[in-house]
Amino acid sequence: MNLTRRQLLKAVAAAAVAWKAGAWPVRPPAAFAQTMPDDPAIVPTLEAFADTLIPGEKRHPGDRAIAGAAAGPGAVQAGAVDLLNFPPAGVAATIPAIAAGINARATAYALANLIVLDPAVPPLVSLSFDQRTAFLVQLLDGTDPDQLAFFAVAALMYLAYHTAGHLHLADAVRDGHAGMAALGFPQPDDDDLWRFPDNSYRRALAKPHPRTSKRGNPW
Amino acid sequence: MATETTDVLVIGTGFGGSIPAYYLAAGGAKVVMLERGPRLASQEFTHDLQIGTYTRIVDYIRGTGCDVTVGNCVGGSSVIYFAASLRAPSFIFERRGTSGRRLWPAALNRRVMDRWYSRVERALPVEQQRWNDVSYAGGLWAAACNRAGHTCNPVPLAVDISECTACNFMLNGCRFDAKRSMLLNYIPAAEACGAQVRPLHEVQAIGPALTSGYRYAVHYTVLDPDDYRVPVDGGTIEARIVVMAGGAMGTPVILQRSAPLLGGMPDAVGRHFSPNGDRVTLGIMDEGKIAQLLNLQRSPGVAYDAFPVGRPIGSMSYDYLDETRPEFTRFSLQQIYFPTITNILSEDEVEGAATWFGLDKKDLTSRWRSWLTVLAMTEDDNEGVFGAPPPSGNFTRIAPAAALGQLTYQTNAQTQLGFDTSDDAVRSIIEQDGLGRHLLWKAIPNVQSAHPLSSCRIGDDPATSACDDRHELRGHPGIFVTDAAAVPTSLCVNPSLTIAAMAERASAMLLERAHEYGVAVATRIPPPGKNARHWERRCEDPAD
Repeated sequence: MNLTRRQLLKAVAAAAVAWKAGAWPVRPPAAFAQTMPDDPAIVPTLEAFADTLIPGEKRHPGDRAIAGAAAGPGAVQAGAVDLLNFPPAGVAATIPAIAAGINARATAYALANLIVLDPAVPPLVSLSFDQRTAFLVQLLDGTDPDQLAFFAVAALMYLAYHTAGHLHLADAVRDGHAGMAALGFPQPDDDDLWRFPDNSYRRALAKPHPRTSKRGNPW
Repeated sequence: MATETTDVLVIGTGFGGSIPAYYLAAGGAKVVMLERGPRLASQEFTHDLQIGTYTRIVDYIRGTGCDVTVGNCVGGSSVIYFAASLRAPSFIFERRGTSGRRLWPAALNRRVMDRWYSRVERALPVEQQRWNDVSYAGGLWAAACNRAGHTCNPVPLAVDISECTACNFMLNGCRFDAKRSMLLNYIPAAEACGAQVRPLHEVQAIGPALTSGYRYAVHYTVLDPDDYRVPVDGGTIEARIVVMAGGAMGTPVILQRSAPLLGGMPDAVGRHFSPNGDRVTLGIMDEGKIAQLLNLQRSPGVAYDAFPVGRPIGSMSYDYLDETRPEFTRFSLQQIYFPTITNILSEDEVEGAATWFGLDKKDLTSRWRSWLTVLAMTEDDNEGVFGAPPPSGNFTRIAPAAALGQLTYQTNAQTQLGFDTSDDAVRSIIEQDGLGRHLLWKAIPNVQSAHPLSSCRIGDDPATSACDDRHELRGHPGIFVTDAAAVPTSLCVNPSLTIAAMAERASAMLLERAHEYGVAVATRIPPPGKNARHWERRCEDPAD
């Protein structure tokens, strides 16, 4: 889909109107806040974003942020939103603006694809899982001027699932953190360190190159 | 207050800075080393992936067309490297790229370099892994190569294998002092001979000195240890000799910013950058086929299931390091483990719109323990160029460990040929008889490199090399570039040993010539030795 700038502006304006009419009031971005403000639109938007990247099961039957496209926990359960709000990540202050940007573009996407949005939830949450996926492809692999910011959020959400980046790793692995458990990350020793005394097949599995030097180098 | 002065000021504390610092300090010079990152003790190196741990000492720098991972601490990238320590093959030194002329100085070839390689191998020291030491992933790669008709070698490592717990946290620094970083040899040896190391000192620019007898004034800011974006102090040190070793991502930026103060820079400063032709791809391996085709079993009923277990680099095929192959089609293929921070990068297995996220990617990552990543180190064509420097620092830091750099790297047809040829080679090994599926890193279109090189390279041609064959910056006597920036081309192997060997050679020449710059030093200094008793014995008084 190719949107002209004019179409995009119209879509953003429409998004603001739709949003104001619904239960999710538009607030000025708290650009300098140290933590995320208590805007009820932000968390479900981020959760829907995270759930599209690494989908999981709904937390309860009425869960709308999580689409429920996959069995087992996904990025939301792994702490994707917690990580964005984790002070050392240093991005919490930018999140309201990014969430607003996501929803503005989701609204534009809906308009361009003749999708009727539910004003009771943020625009991204209103989309189906397949629609969210198509939208994120456009947002993350496309040419949006803010693509880098959206990709950075996606990367941090990946870190939540794949590294438990907001938690001490040994605790996360022992406590069955959703992502680390799904990976099968090895358990630590009692002192929170990893050691692999058994780490090798312990046999020659290929011939070395015939011209290998005495110290094991290429010639 | 009088301006501080020193004989030698070293910018950066990685391989390229620590080695000259040691030799010059041991030779009797007054040496100060400035490092933009913090200094961590062994016990501060964590087994953690929490943001705020490894991110203190690692920087990921996003460029246009190329992203680079580097160290940011005392010891530089030697603290975070995976310790593969290989001599570059002979043909590398004869490379011409598309320039039509030899890119390395006539004074250098593999035979000359072997002397310096040997010194570093003894000093670190480097050990030859035995098959008993090669991780399961390295064993799997070797067995797959063997079945496909290829040879495969255990990789030499700068690791004390008897002390190594095979924890697979090398990126975080080694808390067991088994990995031989600069923190265990050249840096303490330099300090034993009086060198001062100042962490969190970020050099901004070099200008002319005002004090008689000193050539250069090095201007720095001191950074807040909790937020490297925040300067808390600053100062100037005047020096007779300046050693540039801020790394291939730092050295050219400092020099570019210094150009107006120093009356210009050679054209090759900030040009001809190489990411070492790094190309990572991924195998999703079939456990049943591993057992059936390769006859591997690590425990009863388990063939592999061990991607994260053991040292990150185990085995490597040299088969494509054949000097008779055309340039840009020669490469090594190395088994390597990356921490899960890179898991975002791979594509999934299923055709569809979302190539690197979504349902299929989640399915793929559930088989993470059966992954096998392979690093091809190819011949690129030095296409990288640095744009205008940022107002301060080496890049624009946007978050912990995340920065935007000035590098632009547009892969040309020759470099792409290297990537395509190596991809085909890896695919043919991994996919033979359905052993696995070969996938690419697709989430980010940029080249991903942990081996930045060549941004201020040495050479014989002033048009394409910032420094002469003695590492001296053209037009600026007394400034020497001794780090990865000085390496002329990609190496087809991990570069650390070559960077260190070139720094050894540059140091020997510096000792010979230091008196020309008003610095009296002993000219023959042995490598640092193994412990504090050795280090103190190395310190010479040039007056004796």
